Amino acid sequence: MEKQKKAHEATKIKKLHVALYWAASCGGCEIAVLDIDEKLLDVVNAVDIVFWPVAIDIKYKDVEAMDTHSIDVCFFNGAIRNSEQEHLAKLLREKSKLMVSFGACSVSGGIPGLANMSDKEQIFDTVYLDNPSTENHEKTTPKPSVAVKEGELRIPTFYDMVKSLDQVVDVDYYLPGCPPPPWLIIDAIDAIVQGHLPPKGSVLAPLKAVCDECRYEKSEKKISKIKRIYELNPIEQKCFLEQGVICMGPATRAGCRGRCMEGNMPCTGCGGLLPHSLDQGASMISGLASILGIEGEEGRDDKDVDALLEQVRDVVGTFYKYTLPVSLLNRKVMK
Amino acid sequence: MTDFEPNIVGFLCNWCSYAGADLAGTSRLRYPPNMKAIRVMCSGRVDPAFILDALKKGADGVLVAGCHPGDCHYQSGNFKTNRRLKLLKKLLSELGIEPERVRFEYISASEGNKFASVVTEFVDELKKMGPNPFYHSSPKSTQ
Repeated sequence: MEKQKKAHEATKIKKLHVALYWAASCGGCEIAVLDIDEKLLDVVNAVDIVFWPVAIDIKYKDVEAMDTHSIDVCFFNGAIRNSEQEHLAKLLREKSKLMVSFGACSVSGGIPGLANMSDKEQIFDTVYLDNPSTENHEKTTPKPSVAVKEGELRIPTFYDMVKSLDQVVDVDYYLPGCPPPPWLIIDAIDAIVQGHLPPKGSVLAPLKAVCDECRYEKSEKKISKIKRIYELNPIEQKCFLEQGVICMGPATRAGCRGRCMEGNMPCTGCGGLLPHSLDQGASMISGLASILGIEGEEGRDDKDVDALLEQVRDVVGTFYKYTLPVSLLNRKVMK
Repeated sequence: MTDFEPNIVGFLCNWCSYAGADLAGTSRLRYPPNMKAIRVMCSGRVDPAFILDALKKGADGVLVAGCHPGDCHYQSGNFKTNRRLKLLKKLLSELGIEPERVRFEYISASEGNKFASVVTEFVDELKKMGPNPFYHSSPKSTQ
């Protein structure tokens, strides 16, 4: 009994200090932490949360006052798109022993990363000026600082470009997914608590592609018509690509156990790049072009091939939904 | 932009186009020296990522050349490349890069002349287009 108590005291002392932060994200990753259900009770026993803006009231200045490396692990979700997020990323990097890039936005820019198809000016024009439901006669757009009679008011500076966390600070581990599935979160926390961590820079997810975990039957693929999901009636119990629907499975890292396919939806690629892939979109363009084809292509006019490929709409939105900022050409060229 | 010399990366397939380029050389045909040739076993070996990487690192144009339809040493490599590059060009135009900077040509081992004229034509086109806009885009876009 005494021994148990001592052991308990020992673990109490060793409680890990954990910080969680959100940058350019939807907040889903914050909820994903709660998706680990009853395992949360074990986590609470093993860790002390020292910073988590969504749940506990600790100010930035309290974090600034912490000692260097006083946080054991920081789970950082969201991409970097303004100066506040960049400041917090750098601050938390300095204060944390381990920086874990949590969720697709932080790992590879995620859906906010698609803003790299525009720049700050275009975004402000759409949001504040040209929006049909907005009346803005004075053409007011956010400015980093404004002088009022009480003094100067400041808000964060909005950047022209969205970046992934590792384009701003050094990252130790990556936990991909939109949001990361609970079993990967549990494995990651277990590995951190027990100290069984892989080499720095590892992605804490399987090395395989989503197809490997997908339940649908797969056979020889050859498609000549691309369909949208609503055109499938009924949805057959076989590979979406074989049914003509673009599924990012072959170019996406597994770990999700094919959750979207369980719900009869194709993969959109939130797991991010496969190991050794240079560019998720390029991998899928290559894969999709291989299986697209028309009968007797040898004798056919090149125009038939054009018509076939014309069916692929919104190339960036389809193939780079979560990875535009970390792709080889990480943004649209702005004239 | 009259003194602009475009930088071209050329992926040439081992069985047809590289031999075609060789023939152009042994026949002493004249063509501009702007293309850096990379021999690949098949044009189907050219991953779209290689082309994006070349553009990222400053290439003004990328030429991919393979066997004529039906002549591919591996049956269907050139057809796949044709489709891949068409899809890649759609991507490039969405990203604000002229799709004409990527060119796919069928050049056989006996077509030294065609090889020389393709390279000459491509260099002229790229001279008119100017430098790769991604590589030379303003630093503003990286903040």
